Amino acid sequence: MSATVDQPTAGDVPRRLPPVSELAVVSLALTIIGGVLMASHAPRRPPLGLPVVFLAVSALLVAADVVILTRLRDFAWSQFFMVARWALLAYVISAGMIELAFVRDHTRAAPLAVLTAMLVIFAVDVPLIIAYTVARYSS
Amino acid sequence: MTETAVATHDGSASEAPPRPPVQVLPVRGLPIVAIVVVGVIVSIVGNWTWALMFCHVAGGALWTAIDLFVGLVVGPILGRLSIPARAEFSARFMPKMVLIMPTVVLMTLAAGFQLALKVGNLQTSNPNHAWLIASFIVVGIMAVIALGILEPANIAVLFEMRKPQPNGEVVGRLMKRFVYTAGVTGLMQVATLIIMTRLATQ
Repeated sequence: MSATVDQPTAGDVPRRLPPVSELAVVSLALTIIGGVLMASHAPRRPPLGLPVVFLAVSALLVAADVVILTRLRDFAWSQFFMVARWALLAYVISAGMIELAFVRDHTRAAPLAVLTAMLVIFAVDVPLIIAYTVARYSS
Repeated sequence: MTETAVATHDGSASEAPPRPPVQVLPVRGLPIVAIVVVGVIVSIVGNWTWALMFCHVAGGALWTAIDLFVGLVVGPILGRLSIPARAEFSARFMPKMVLIMPTVVLMTLAAGFQLALKVGNLQTSNPNHAWLIASFIVVGIMAVIALGILEPANIAVLFEMRKPQPNGEVVGRLMKRFVYTAGVTGLMQVATLIIMTRLATQ
């Protein structure tokens, strides 16, 4: 099999796609900030005000991404789902390990619920960013 | 074995050295990853100081050394290579990074948090508390860069390289992301070294 690497030319104009990755990166950043705020109070019960605000905005951004994705036409969906599936498996394992550490350290009730929701967003955001980045260059 | 020819849009092509098939994830490395992950889980569940310390120090040393070397040595060299040379290098280099980096990061952070709780560094009354929070912030910045920018770009490059005719512009653009962000995470690692050596000596 012979493969070639195309050299860039001025004529190559990439197709503009909605900022799904950018929104997911902001969502990921908000989740991480919320997680840092909560972890900085461990092992005491953390105040949940700010982390919940960050979590809510982060969840809204993920929801916005899902809506944008459902409206996308002419996209490499098979590539997207193939990458998303495996990345999701990897990041569910990562998130599960972090959850285990918190459960093991007796994090309970509302703080555990907020942390779990943050980990769910983390486990969705990263595969979403990876899969979208791969698929956008395959489209 | 595949062959690589460097082609321009005017149709001319020159022969390049043979190119191995691009594998996004080196499957042979997965058992090692599984052993490491199980080791970290057992250390956390057992709450064993030595095992946690080993996972944190060994993982952290690998993470810091790789980030610094890649960010400050390999990255700038890569930035000066031609696009076909970058593509050739990344096809061999990135699959290893896809497996190694998430594993050492997970190993370091999970064991490190458990260790901080166990030795009491997370207590607000502890003199190390402020340094620990600083390390959380540095790790948070690195996580956003690594997970949100670096890793997706690495994987996208690998998928592009699997195509019969990879687009040099796409590879070049994605690799540029890699070069810049690897430099930033390299500098963040210097901050981590300062924080961790302060923590260990307070």
